[in-house]
Parts: sequence; C-alpha cells; structure tokens
Amino acid sequence: MDSVSHSSRTVRRHRLSTRLWHWLNALLLYILFTSGLGIFNAHPRLYWGQYGANFDPAWLVLDRFSGWITLPSHYNLAMSRHWHLAAAPLFAFALLGYMIWSLANRHVQRDLAFTRSDITPRHIWQDIKDHVRLRFPTGEAALRYGMLQKVSYIGVIFVALPVLILTGLTMSPGMNAAMPWMLDLFGGRQAARSIHFIMAFAMLAFFLVHILMVLLSGPFNQLRGIVTGRYRLPKDRP
Amino acid sequence: MMIGRRALLLGATATLAGCDRLAQNARFREALFSAENFHKWAQRGLMARDALAREYRPDQISPFFRANGTANPNTPDYKAWWRGGFADWRLRVDGKVTQNLSLSLSQLRTLPHREQITRHDCVEGWSAIGKWRGVPLKTLLDAAGLQPGVRYIVLHCADTMGNGQPYYESIDLVDAFHPQTILAFALNDRPLSVANGAPLRLRVERQLGYKQAKYLTRIEAVESLSAIGRGKGGYWEDHAGYDWYAGI
Repeated sequence: MDSVSHSSRTVRRHRLSTRLWHWLNALLLYILFTSGLGIFNAHPRLYWGQYGANFDPAWLVLDRFSGWITLPSHYNLAMSRHWHLAAAPLFAFALLGYMIWSLANRHVQRDLAFTRSDITPRHIWQDIKDHVRLRFPTGEAALRYGMLQKVSYIGVIFVALPVLILTGLTMSPGMNAAMPWMLDLFGGRQAARSIHFIMAFAMLAFFLVHILMVLLSGPFNQLRGIVTGRYRLPKDRP
Repeated sequence: MMIGRRALLLGATATLAGCDRLAQNARFREALFSAENFHKWAQRGLMARDALAREYRPDQISPFFRANGTANPNTPDYKAWWRGGFADWRLRVDGKVTQNLSLSLSQLRTLPHREQITRHDCVEGWSAIGKWRGVPLKTLLDAAGLQPGVRYIVLHCADTMGNGQPYYESIDLVDAFHPQTILAFALNDRPLSVANGAPLRLRVERQLGYKQAKYLTRIEAVESLSAIGRGKGGYWEDHAGYDWYAGI
C-alpha cells in the first residue's frame, strides 16, 4: 500500500495545448450548437437523400426549439447563420491544429491509443463494470485513460467532430461545386443535413456524460486540472 | 438534480443573453459578419472558376418543386403582362454597357439554350431538384458589352416585398459568366409558373435560393452596389442582414 502522502500528490496532468483547445471548444461548441438550433428552426424537418422540402417525406419533424437554447434567443435566421458561420471555421481549424499537434507530440499515441491489454475482453468488461459502479481509478492509475474514455475521446476527435464539419460543408452549394465527392460520401445534401443534426446531438450526449463524470469524480480537482494543468491524484480506496 | 437543471437553464439563458448583447455592439457585429469574406475567399480559392454545381439525373427530380418568397407579384404591370401571356413583357439590359438591349420572351426563346437538372438550396435548409431551361447570362452580357470597370450584375425584379421595397439581387462577374448561370424560362419542361418566377428567373447554381431572383425585368451592369437599394447588394441583404455571398 502506498502511503497517504504519496497517493495524494499533485501532478501536471493536461498540457497547455489540451487546456486551450478544451476551453476554446467549450465556447465554440456552445455557439455552434445554439446557433445551429436557430438555423434548424427555419425548417425543422429532416430528410434522407439529395432533396427534401415540405412535400417530401421527412424522417423527423419537430417544433421549433425554444429561445432559451437558441442563439439568438429570438428567431433570426440571418443572425444564427452569422454566429454559426463565424464560429465554424475557427472550430474546424482549431481541431485540425490540435490533431496535428497531438500526433506530433505523441499525446494521441501515448495517452489515447489502445494498448494490447486494453482490448482484452476481460479488461473491457472490467472497465464497463467499474464505470457502472462509478469506481474511478485511484493513484497512478487515474493518470491513464480507461478503455471507454479512450473510445469516447478518439471517437469525438477523429470521427464525430470531423463528420460534423464535413457534413456542414456538404450543405454548402459552393463547396459542392469545389468538392462534389462530399455529396457522394454522405448520400446527398439532405442526408448530410440529417447526419449533421444527429452528430450535434451525439455531441450533446457526450457533453452531458462528460459533465456527469466530472461531477462524480471530484469536480474541483478535475476543474483545476483542465484550467491550471495541476491534478491531485485521488487516494487509494481503503 | 432540480437545482442542477434550473442552474443549467439559467446559465444557458444568461449566456445567450450575453451573446445577444454582444451582437448589438457595432464592432463585434462587423467582426461576426466578416466571416462572409472568409467563406467567399476560401470557396473561390478551392473551386475552379467554372467548377460546375452537381447536375442530377431526370429520376432524381423532386416530385414537387417548392416555391418560396413572393408567390405572385400582383402589381398592375405584372397582372397586365400575365393576362397577355407575357407578350408585352420585356427584359432590359442596361447600366454600364456599350449597347442597351430590350428583349421579348420569344426573342429569348430563340437564343441558344442550356438545360440543367440542379438542386435549389433554400437558406432555410430545404432542397428541391428541378430541370431548368434558359439562356446563359453570358450570352446577353456579351451582346450588350460590359464597359471597363463593371464589377457586378444587378437583377431587378417585378415583385415588391411586404414593406413595399422591390426585390433585387446581384452577383459578381465570376458567377455572371459561369456556364450554369442562366436566365431560366422553363422548369421541368413547362413554362415557369407564376410562383416559380414567370416569365424569367435567374439560376446561379453555386449559391443559395435567395440569390435566384424571380420575375426579372432588368439586368443592370454596375461598378458598385452602393447606389442600389440600401447598398448591400440584395433585398434580404439590405433588410434582414443576409450574406451577399451565399455559397454557404
């Protein structure tokens, strides 16, 4: 057993690039999600395929999202678009920069890539059980991401966010002329709009679970970690 | 958990209110609106000047092509044109040109056509695919001859909007001379319906629906947009703050 003083020491956890990117994302994803709902409100119907308008069959028909969750808080398509289209390029280039930076400094390979032991059925099962029982790792183990964490972070950084950006671009008639293959990749403009919507809500689900996990695993320590980079290792359970 | 939800709701509302206040600041608005320039620059850089919008197969045409905006101009002039089968309607081409033109619908129909099955994307989010037939705008601009210094082509329309202001739009020369930019008089092999812009509308296929001006009466070549309407290049640009470059 480690001594108490050893297991509660403070370490440098998140590097500056991760912290900056995290808080820039918090701001930009908030703007993108709320202004995106404002844009959606102009035509709250979703279709599959190349075309889709009021007389075509929609797979989802919603009421307008209410003002407390849209940007601006009253219906204004032009302003929602200004917010969305100003935040989107910043977000996209920040993601691209973070991807390159995290591959270059080996953050991805070292902290996010699966190790051989991660992908044994026993290990995966153990990780799921620990999550369900809210038994978070302690001591040095708290510095390593679990299997489920790795899947979520890799999935968000390398799948969900790029798909969100590419489906957003596929809705642009100008980008369609520049890169017609994107229409084929997603199965049409209206399909891209549907996937964009689904991915936005997948990101909302990620955000809610992320917040829940932070709250359950020591919110002050986690918050300090992502603001200052310093993180106190949780003590071993008795 | 109730407190959590209320706090979240309050937090979201307060942040959104903050964003709304920020958006009223003139300099912040300017920065926010300047994203349009980035998108125009990036898209023009990524696409070849004559890169074509996707053209679709006949079996991909929307069963019903939704019309939007003005459904019928209903002005005395327009009603008279409509009653006469648009025989008295003329399209004027003027402004900074070497030769003013005035063309009837039958004259336009005798000019070489282009036919294209393309997708119409409304800024609201819906899309409809239709088959357009019309005269390339380039044909008319070449016939009229642009004077040096011309930068924009303004499309004047017969319809007035709710506030009594006429609809108009404008495009730059890159789009004006694009092979798919046509003045369409037929949709899905039938003459344009009133709701879809009879007798003539613009198709500028790499931009959103509000650029596709309907009920055309006049095409004007200009050096600057500042003297037209409120100077932003289009009705929605002037009155609702829409982007002039509608490629995204």
